[in-house]
Amino acid sequence: MINISEVTETNEMIQHENLDVRTITMGISLFDCIGDSVDVTKKKIYDKICRKAGRLVETGEHISKSYGIPVVNKRISVTPIATIGSSSCRSEEDYVELAKTLDSAAENVGVNLIGGYSANLAKGNTDKELIFLNSIPEALKVTGRVCSSVNVGSSRTGINMDAVRRMGDIVIETARASYGTESLGAAKLVVFCNAPDDNPFMAGAFHGITEGESVINVGVSGPGVVKKALEAARGANFEVLCETIKKTAFKITRVGQLVAREAAQMLGVPFGIVDLSLAPTPAVGDSVADILKEIGLEHPGAPGTTAALALLNDQVKKGGVMASSYVGGLSGAFIPVSEDQGMIDAVEAGALTLEKLEAMTCVCSVGLDMIAIPGDTPSESVAGIIADEMAIGMINNKTTAVRLIPAIGKKVGETLNFGGLFGYAPVMPVNTFACDRFVNRSGRIPAPIHSFKN
Amino acid sequence: MQKVVITVLGKDKVGIMAKVCTYLADNGINILDISQTIVSGFFNMMMIADMGEKQKDFEKVRTELDDLGQSIGVQVRIQREDIFDMMHRL
Repeated sequence: MINISEVTETNEMIQHENLDVRTITMGISLFDCIGDSVDVTKKKIYDKICRKAGRLVETGEHISKSYGIPVVNKRISVTPIATIGSSSCRSEEDYVELAKTLDSAAENVGVNLIGGYSANLAKGNTDKELIFLNSIPEALKVTGRVCSSVNVGSSRTGINMDAVRRMGDIVIETARASYGTESLGAAKLVVFCNAPDDNPFMAGAFHGITEGESVINVGVSGPGVVKKALEAARGANFEVLCETIKKTAFKITRVGQLVAREAAQMLGVPFGIVDLSLAPTPAVGDSVADILKEIGLEHPGAPGTTAALALLNDQVKKGGVMASSYVGGLSGAFIPVSEDQGMIDAVEAGALTLEKLEAMTCVCSVGLDMIAIPGDTPSESVAGIIADEMAIGMINNKTTAVRLIPAIGKKVGETLNFGGLFGYAPVMPVNTFACDRFVNRSGRIPAPIHSFKN
Repeated sequence: MQKVVITVLGKDKVGIMAKVCTYLADNGINILDISQTIVSGFFNMMMIADMGEKQKDFEKVRTELDDLGQSIGVQVRIQREDIFDMMHRL
């Protein structure tokens, strides 16, 4: 039988170390909502989301009360809208109409974010997908809950450089369109390589075309719990360090597995995956950077950071994999800048640069995340940064992503303040040497040699 | 059988156990196991109980135990046991 020290340990994690279920995300297929007119498609999408996810929020709250653990977010991901709208949408405005429908359906069922305003252009793009891309800035401007993602490459297909170049423009246009709200639109736009079909975390969540009718995916998080556990291992050797992280990751993930199973059963929807990610928030004590410091760095960005992060990421996976029957999504340590107070401190102290962050993304999930860059950064440079990050994903068979926020009208040293879960971001310098002759070449970067596995 | 874990935390005083146990008895909740410690004047108690087939809503019991705790100046929590089992048992 459970003993008092185990009960105390669990409750300490929840009450003092920010252990929580970060998100219960319901994936919903919209394939049967494809209509021959925008109005029909909108009605079908709205009705289906409201029907499937009507009890999602209430279920999340019920689970939270039963187990005494916060379920922070209840969210929805849908089939990529570029595909769902391709039959009925003839213009950017038509696609924006679908974004508004997603927004109002999300509002109706009470979720704070809905993902899937997305397209997969890993190898090429259809005419409609190009129209879709052009609609993203306006769609993210006129909606509050909609999140967008675009997959522009994979280890099997190579990198669609035409899409990368275009996304350089779209990221800047999206930031400009939401100039009045600290360029927040760009915080809801992710560019992916090897995008997973079952990721529950925003802004990159979408219900991939490999998925079924609907599914429950859960993301659980507790960087604070890992940090606390590591305090007891100060000065210990690597074996003890790794063992401590693994054990803690196991415990955290078990909670995710429990919640995912319970939510799936209550909603009558199949359980999909648990995402093992360590996802920080701006709250004190909920920081991945603090774990790196506890491992022994003065600040993230110091020499040794990549090794420390590689170790952390791998142990989290090793501990988590045994805790859940199905692990998926992004699963690793997230290193967003604005959402992690320790990362912000490192940038402000001059310890952490964009280039070091890029190196760190080679060994963890996911990529360059929530990084504010000067508003006058040329779109070619944004495309170049995206291309670099996509190449890391393609060559290393991993998911990588870019979520840059061009701070329109702001320079290095100033900050963007989003508030809430998005936090605030100091504007970071970007290498000012040009890459336009590179990114303006048309076509694709071929798939890497190790993609030929047949 | 629905196993729950009830924890009581707060400054030690006369009658904490009596009040909590009376509530549980009145509501047909069967206590299976109790552990209790007092560390520097702070009362820390955990009990595993069975809510059985009781019709009374978990949410209602949770709220009433919370109110009871406040009335005697301690924190009373009730959680389904599965979360501890999942985390600490293979």
